[in-house]
Amino acid sequence: MSTPTELTDALGRSLAPTSDHLYVLHERLAAAAQAEGLLDVAYRTVDSPIGALLLAATEVGLVRVAFSTEGHDVVLQSLSDRVSPRVLYAPMRLDVTARELDEYFAGRRRRFDVAIDWRLSTGFRSTVLHRLPEIGYGTTATYAAVAQLSGNPKAVRAVGTACATNPLPVVVPCHRVVRSDGSMGGYLGGVEAKAALLAMEAAA
Amino acid sequence: MTGKPAFEAIVDRYGATVMRVCRAVVGAGDADDVWSETFLSAMRAYQTLPADANVEAWLVTVAHRKAIDVHRAAARRAIPVAEVPDTRQATDALPMDPDADLIDALAALPPRQRQAVAYHYLAGLPYAEVASILGGRPEAARRAAADGIATLRRTYASAAAPNGATR
Repeated sequence: MSTPTELTDALGRSLAPTSDHLYVLHERLAAAAQAEGLLDVAYRTVDSPIGALLLAATEVGLVRVAFSTEGHDVVLQSLSDRVSPRVLYAPMRLDVTARELDEYFAGRRRRFDVAIDWRLSTGFRSTVLHRLPEIGYGTTATYAAVAQLSGNPKAVRAVGTACATNPLPVVVPCHRVVRSDGSMGGYLGGVEAKAALLAMEAAA
Repeated sequence: MTGKPAFEAIVDRYGATVMRVCRAVVGAGDADDVWSETFLSAMRAYQTLPADANVEAWLVTVAHRKAIDVHRAAARRAIPVAEVPDTRQATDALPMDPDADLIDALAALPPRQRQAVAYHYLAGLPYAEVASILGGRPEAARRAAADGIATLRRTYASAAAPNGATR
């Protein structure tokens, strides 16, 4: 004799899709959403020597690179709040970025050549971040030098804040900004990640 | 400030349930199309969904409408016959599996009973929500689900009985 719960459990079990099946449907959904212009934010993750990175892109370009220490769920929620809730896992839009990051971490790439969507940084912070790509691969600049470069030599602390809140770490090289006493200063991805990036660039 | 979850979280959380509902209501053959249409349509409307809306009930409502669209499209293609043939494809369950008999029995239920069973027992919606999707009063939705379950229970009991296994 079956109870209603057994019965509905059996129904739920027999009708359940496999995770592979759902994956294919999800892929199809992402492609259809992209084709209809509904995919405001596409994201994926990539492995790297400094941990898993989350990459997110709008139709305009790369909008976010996040360390796993930031909590990828938290980052997705913040993208939903600040850019658009129409966020889907859709690796295709980030294929080029993922490949360039691979090359960078393998020591075969010195600068990134992908479209950037700067919308997550505004005002002076945005000004600072726009200047950072001028600090060449394998070199560093002090917070004070970057303040000067950004047109406000007194804004050394603000440069620190801009770097600490960089929505596009690694690609926009805030890791190349260090203290005037030669010590490294902080890093959103952890001081070890910053040291690893600088050591890698110095060795390449 | 935390607003709506990223749509990815909605697909992740409700994707499997919506698939069960689609398979229950339209059968395995059309379920993929209904699922895809449901989530695409939901994504289109997601920004205007009130923050306190019951997302699961909303998705089931969209799936219900998409299922009707699929049936209408199928009806337009088909040559009218006296009795509507069962166009649902067999599920991939094994023929001797009592669960396969159960799915066949579900497919044989009158549409309203099948829908009431799917929305209440598979999606977990209260009868008030089921009634607002199906039209009519909650008591009628409750009755349709109870009648459907009673029929399925007879099938399931007889299918499970021969080997005497308790499940």
